[in-house]
Amino acid sequence: MFAYVVRRLFSGVVMLLVMSFVTILLFFSAPVDPARQMCGKSCTPERIEQTRKALGYDKPPTTQWAAFVKGVVVGRDYPADEQMRKEAPQNVVHCSAPCLGYSTVSQQMVASAVGSHVPVSASLALCAFVMWIIAGVVLGVIAALFKGTVLDRTIVGASLLFYAFPTFALALGIYTFFALTPFPGLGHPLFPIPNYTPISQGGVWTWFVNLLLPAFTLALVFIAGYVRITRSFVLESGQEDYIRTAKAKGLESRRILLKHTMRAALTPIVTIAGLDLGGLLGGAIITEKIFNYPGLGKLAFDSTVNYDLPIIVGIVLVAASFVIVANLVVDILYAVIDPRVKYS
Amino acid sequence: MTSASTSTETHTWQASGDDAQPLLSVRELRVHFPTEDGIVKSVDDLSFDLGQGKTLGIVGESGSGKSVTSQAIMGLHRGTRARVSGHILFDGVDLLQISDSELRKRRGRDIAMVFQDPLSALHPYYTVGNQLAEAYRVHHDVSKAAAKTRVVEMLERVGIPSPQTRVDNYPHEFSGGMRQRAMIAMALINDPRLIIADEPTTALDVTVQAQILDLLVGLQKEFGSSIIIITHDLGVVAEMADDILVMYGGKAVERGDADTIFYNPEHPYAWGLLASMPRMDRLRTDRLRPIAGNPPSLINLPSGCAFHPRCVYASDELGCREIVPPFENESEHPVRCLIPHEERLSIFETKVRPTL
Repeated sequence: MFAYVVRRLFSGVVMLLVMSFVTILLFFSAPVDPARQMCGKSCTPERIEQTRKALGYDKPPTTQWAAFVKGVVVGRDYPADEQMRKEAPQNVVHCSAPCLGYSTVSQQMVASAVGSHVPVSASLALCAFVMWIIAGVVLGVIAALFKGTVLDRTIVGASLLFYAFPTFALALGIYTFFALTPFPGLGHPLFPIPNYTPISQGGVWTWFVNLLLPAFTLALVFIAGYVRITRSFVLESGQEDYIRTAKAKGLESRRILLKHTMRAALTPIVTIAGLDLGGLLGGAIITEKIFNYPGLGKLAFDSTVNYDLPIIVGIVLVAASFVIVANLVVDILYAVIDPRVKYS
Repeated sequence: MTSASTSTETHTWQASGDDAQPLLSVRELRVHFPTEDGIVKSVDDLSFDLGQGKTLGIVGESGSGKSVTSQAIMGLHRGTRARVSGHILFDGVDLLQISDSELRKRRGRDIAMVFQDPLSALHPYYTVGNQLAEAYRVHHDVSKAAAKTRVVEMLERVGIPSPQTRVDNYPHEFSGGMRQRAMIAMALINDPRLIIADEPTTALDVTVQAQILDLLVGLQKEFGSSIIIITHDLGVVAEMADDILVMYGGKAVERGDADTIFYNPEHPYAWGLLASMPRMDRLRTDRLRPIAGNPPSLINLPSGCAFHPRCVYASDELGCREIVPPFENESEHPVRCLIPHEERLSIFETKVRPTL
């Protein structure tokens, strides 16, 4: 098991290395010059050249990639050019590990920009995750138990409708209806305008209330898959021999469902849940943008609009690591869930 | 043990002319599955009795209705699209009439089942001990520790080595034979009066099959249970059964005690089954004699006698194409065949027996 985890982590690191190299190559083919961006209107060619050297953009991509990887592992010093560091040691800035580079547009270290947005996206993802897992599985079971009835069709139909609906329209609708329009009979909107408040500042309740609407939006988008998987699993497992055995023992149908069927349903649910959560931790671009939630998704959106390439590279790597780690966690969970799975 | 049978919902069916009431009495059982292509008549007008402590072998090809019958007795068709009618009297109580909860109390406690493929019939995510203890605790209000003691005792009884440690193994850690032993232990854990074994040895190695059958026979003697053993393998029933019921196309075609069916069978299908047993004392080309043709479609059964398209003795004079042969259920040795009794005897003596 331990050897397996180490092996998987190693392959994850290799994937990240490849990914960082590709992103840096893409960075170079982008039609913007970061040094030019930083310099403003009254810019001389000498000044642009100096900035380029200071950030290391004058070097070939492979050298830059090596410097980037080194920065992630042990940190690096700016200006990147050794000559410049020697000439003005008082101007040397250290970017400590994990250093993801320096953003010329927002004029800050990428790691601190990305790092300050991670808790927001993580809060949002976790809150939405809890909502959709609970609601999706419960609704899926209900739909299966009432297969073919109006209730079943309503649940499956509604979840598919939300899934098919463009996220921006769904988010805008929820935002407008619950946070902007006065609620009928109440005189004011049902929810305050969502405004992310860290637990350290407003306590758990304020944090939670402000998360509710965007998390609910995401949960609606994701719930369809869980309703379908749970529903079809519960229905199909009725044909399984071990469910027939459970019936033949004289067990109550509720116990068969909760103990025998749902235990087996864990495997498919954990599979998609891990991947969805891993993907969502990297930011929900549309939802965060619409609710003006300062997470990785909004940062990615804004950075794209502003051509803030170093930040984009940072977000890509952080989001990719979440996906890689989530995959690993899912695979480890298989061994916990299913006694037949052994890693060696 | 069966005090629940005094419930008001029970319906009794008066068996006519029987002195001792049989433990299980199936009358006019029909299990039909409506499908888009038509009604699948998996079991059609099936009747038989099973006495206390006796073993009944139900024999037939795939699709003859054997397994569907056993699942009907367990009430496993409830809540599905299957239409079940007739009477299944267990200890005087009609299992088709009682409520789900009444039936549930009997499942596993009075009637237990051993399934064909123990690997898929056991839950892969729970230990063998957990699953056996669950079967015990559904019907007995005992602590987990007491249930575990009982489980270990049963595992030991069915011949599982070092049951103390094996009890915590998962089904995939058992061999095929051990899994089936565990299934048998699970079936016997509540000391049931009737065990239905649905092809209990089909999924096992030939070397293990005989061990499992010996185990069942031994346990039956010890516990005094009745057994219904469902199989397509005449060798299996030869070893175990007191009575044999031969099924074809969802109907009983011949019934009698084991000696009668093996030494004086009268239905041409039973002759075919006997002839199809492999014989090592013949030339290699002649060792296997299959019954020609395929099992019938249960949606469109052949008219008249369902076996007539495959029967070499069928003829239009007898009306095999038009007349459904009757089945004298009350007789000792009923045969569903239009060939007159004397003629059947002479065909068997002159044409069939010499080739067996």
